Amino acid sequence: MNGDTSADDVANNKVLTRQLPTAADAAAIERGKYVAIASDCTACHTMTESKLSLAGGYLISTPFGGIYSSNITPDVETGIGNWTERDFFRAVRHGKGKQGENLYPAMPYNAYVKLTDEDMHDLWMYMRSVKPIHHQVPETDLGFPFNIRLIMMGWNLLFFRNDSFQMDLSKSAEWNRGAYLVEGPEHCAVCHTPKNIIGGDSSKYLQGSNPGEWHAPDITPDPYTGIGLWSEQQVIDYLKLGSNHVAVASGPMAEAVTNSTQHLTDTDLKAIAVYLKQVPASKTIRPPSIAPDTAQMKIGENVYSANCTACHNSDGKGIPNLAASLAGNPGLMADDASSIITTILQGGRGAVTVGNPTSAAMPSFAWKLSDEQAAAAATYLRNSWGNAAGAVSADEVARARAELKLPAQMAGQ
Amino acid sequence: MKNVRPKADVAIVGLGWCGSLIAEELSRAGLNVVAIERGPWFETSTDFPPSVDTDELRWDTRRSMLLPPAVETTTFRNNITQTALPSREWNLNELGYNVGGSGTHWAGMAWRFTPFDFEPYSQTIKRYGKSQIAKGVILQDWGITYDELEPFYDRFEKIAGVSGKAGKLKGKIIPDGNPFEGNRSSEYPLPPLESMRLTDIFTEGAKKIGLHPFMVPAGQASRAYVNPLGVRMGPCTYCGYCLYYGCGNFSKSSPNACVIPALMQRENFTVLTDSAVVRVNTADDGKTATGVTYLDKNKKEWVQPADIVILSAFQLQNVRLLLLSKIGIPYNAVTKTGVVGRAYSFQTVSGAALYFRNENLNQFIGAGALSSQVDDWNGDNFDHTGLGFIGGAGILVVARGARPIGNADSLPPGTPRWGKDWKKAYTHAFQNATFIFGQGTSFSHEDYYLDLDPEYKDDNGNPLLRVTFDYNDNDRRSAKFIEEKSVEIGKSMGAEQVIGTNSASGSYSPYNFASDHTIGGAVMGTHPETSVVNRYQQCWDVHNLFVLGASSFPNNAGYNPTGTIGALSLWTAKAIIEQYLKNPGPLVKV
Repeated sequence: MNGDTSADDVANNKVLTRQLPTAADAAAIERGKYVAIASDCTACHTMTESKLSLAGGYLISTPFGGIYSSNITPDVETGIGNWTERDFFRAVRHGKGKQGENLYPAMPYNAYVKLTDEDMHDLWMYMRSVKPIHHQVPETDLGFPFNIRLIMMGWNLLFFRNDSFQMDLSKSAEWNRGAYLVEGPEHCAVCHTPKNIIGGDSSKYLQGSNPGEWHAPDITPDPYTGIGLWSEQQVIDYLKLGSNHVAVASGPMAEAVTNSTQHLTDTDLKAIAVYLKQVPASKTIRPPSIAPDTAQMKIGENVYSANCTACHNSDGKGIPNLAASLAGNPGLMADDASSIITTILQGGRGAVTVGNPTSAAMPSFAWKLSDEQAAAAATYLRNSWGNAAGAVSADEVARARAELKLPAQMAGQ
Repeated sequence: MKNVRPKADVAIVGLGWCGSLIAEELSRAGLNVVAIERGPWFETSTDFPPSVDTDELRWDTRRSMLLPPAVETTTFRNNITQTALPSREWNLNELGYNVGGSGTHWAGMAWRFTPFDFEPYSQTIKRYGKSQIAKGVILQDWGITYDELEPFYDRFEKIAGVSGKAGKLKGKIIPDGNPFEGNRSSEYPLPPLESMRLTDIFTEGAKKIGLHPFMVPAGQASRAYVNPLGVRMGPCTYCGYCLYYGCGNFSKSSPNACVIPALMQRENFTVLTDSAVVRVNTADDGKTATGVTYLDKNKKEWVQPADIVILSAFQLQNVRLLLLSKIGIPYNAVTKTGVVGRAYSFQTVSGAALYFRNENLNQFIGAGALSSQVDDWNGDNFDHTGLGFIGGAGILVVARGARPIGNADSLPPGTPRWGKDWKKAYTHAFQNATFIFGQGTSFSHEDYYLDLDPEYKDDNGNPLLRVTFDYNDNDRRSAKFIEEKSVEIGKSMGAEQVIGTNSASGSYSPYNFASDHTIGGAVMGTHPETSVVNRYQQCWDVHNLFVLGASSFPNNAGYNPTGTIGALSLWTAKAIIEQYLKNPGPLVKV
């Protein structure tokens, strides 16, 4: 039954979150810290560049309005200090607040429902150990009808699969660990699986989605738009260093790498790679590439040569781990060109990791390129050096420029 | 009421090459390090990406990255009979004004000094006798040898990603390298930059007259590179926008490109930007420093207490801060006593202007240190018997990229200075005009020094630094000699016109941009009577104060200073970690 939270009854309902853990709890707290990192709680529950760790207040923009994350430190007045472990389980795994109200699935409980009882217990122990921070978070107020939380019941009925993680005994332990991490804590589908009009997952599992100004690429083993041509090690490199032979994580994925995936153990990263390489491929159809002598391609070549080759090279291969390769870059060839448009207009900073602290960034070109020039460059990249993808129009660029609130091309360019 | 920050283990004044290298070492050793930088935060991607980098007017003509004279300048006179006046225009004292310091805007020539340069006194006495030293010239050994510094040069080159070819590797002379260099324990981390037409012509011309040309070690990465700190550099694109520019490609060695990304990941490292240190504070007995006083962005005064204070604020500012803080005995040029401000030197530059007839130098291509050089007439590499001077110069050509605005005046004599014929001549010159640069040794002299100006003050009411300097007889003779040698090479290169140049033939002026290497004033040495710091760059008078930079050099070699500054900073870091922390106190007993 969809609203059934009996799976959470395993959790204790007496001890409060504000109760300080003891020395005997150290091992559980350590394990819980890892679960928190894998689940990337801080991404939403800590305001950007704030020292108020896990104290909420981060504004998550959704198509239905902005949702403020809550304070999940053990503070009694403004945090979850008075929650029991069972309250915590019910929130994380079933989207139920302390009063039984429905949480919005910006809190990805539909992924966290898969967290095991052990991981949940350890995670709660870790939450009890973090510094309580008094921080009153603004009330979330989505417009009517979404401000009626009761309607989430209907949404849950349609899209919430109230199932705990099931091991597939026909697959290896390593595959299962990867499946658990991807489906559960790392909640990759939240960004990488396309959504339907009311925000539920479609069946195109991990085939790429647009959660905002960025397109989260296809991470199935499709050879054209996905990771099909990447070795397991190249997938691991991407998640651990923030870049590999071709791609550099930027935009929201850079955060996910810096805060979460770079800290996973090598074993866990390998498990994720193994799992992803066996997910059903998207079977995206590769179009014929646009000929180099069309008017738009010629403009694109010119723009690229004058502005981009210093870092991305005339062969499109970039500088490994510094400037992304455009040649053979699967994310670049997604049908949805949002990421390349955003990157050209706004710039993009590569993930900062222990293994690659340089965090090279691409500057914004909004001031330098017109909509036509940016669109031409994007089309050129998507169709050169063996690439093939749909053309990008000046209108698309104009819309993105407005949404990103970036200036028009400076006079005299 | 005083604003006081929490105490740090180490306070570092100035986050340029010296500051960032030592901050990295000490923070990695576990110390809590606070760097205080008077300029703003500055980084490649946001402040000088390729999309805004290649702009001569902004960065070169208008010096947008440098410390403006209006913020702080020096006063200048040639000798003590004159009254010094402030240098109000852009001049050859080119300080940084950003995180990265002048290491962000430098040209990238990444040299080691030679063994002679560290022991010029004992080697001159041994080879030529005392009479070879001109009257008044200060000649003293540094207290450290090249061999002791060699491992630190090696480490600096690897961190900086220097591109070059060894000439003397583990005792063996390697062809096409510099046969006169000090012995190296390993090859450069990256191969040399590609030779250009200009460097090809120089190499041919030099070889023809029996000299030994080699590619200059360059702080431009010839390949993509990961340095020992895990920081990545991109390959140089030879765009020609180097000196005065940041490198948008992560290709030019700089604190920003090579050290700071790793440094910023450390929780025990903090940098305060837009904060100008005005004083090192000392205990009542004057034997230790207690921290520094600085002014924040709003000119509010703060104190940063620290157990160790490091001055790495650029040569001029180091000396000024010592004087303002009343540390050490200021040099008196009349009585010739005292040490702070004593032994100030520069770079003795002479050479030749070259105008070819019909060449294709393609000077839109270049890199800051893309050069070919001969050291046959440098340092003590040749027999000076009977010549009446010591020292010499590295003689080189610089394929640095021609500047359309800056080079407009570098035309053959007699060329009209405007109009149709000027345009024709300039178009021709872009492919045919260049110069030979003799970058010569500079020896300090007892008449020339630094002190606090008696009249002129900065915005905060603190006296400006006064520079009293001119070329001494030794260096004038050396410059003449090098001019002749440069003309010889120019003729051998086949230039149609070769015209000798010599900036040391007249008086020194800060507006004559012969070089921007300002050296000494807080020199290292073997005895507190002739030096401000000991061989570890530790202040003789205040044992927890270390002074890093070209202020330490008692004499300048015929090379750019940055490699030596970097190596010495790493050398000092090691001394602090392995010796000073275990037993705080003077590291050298006299």
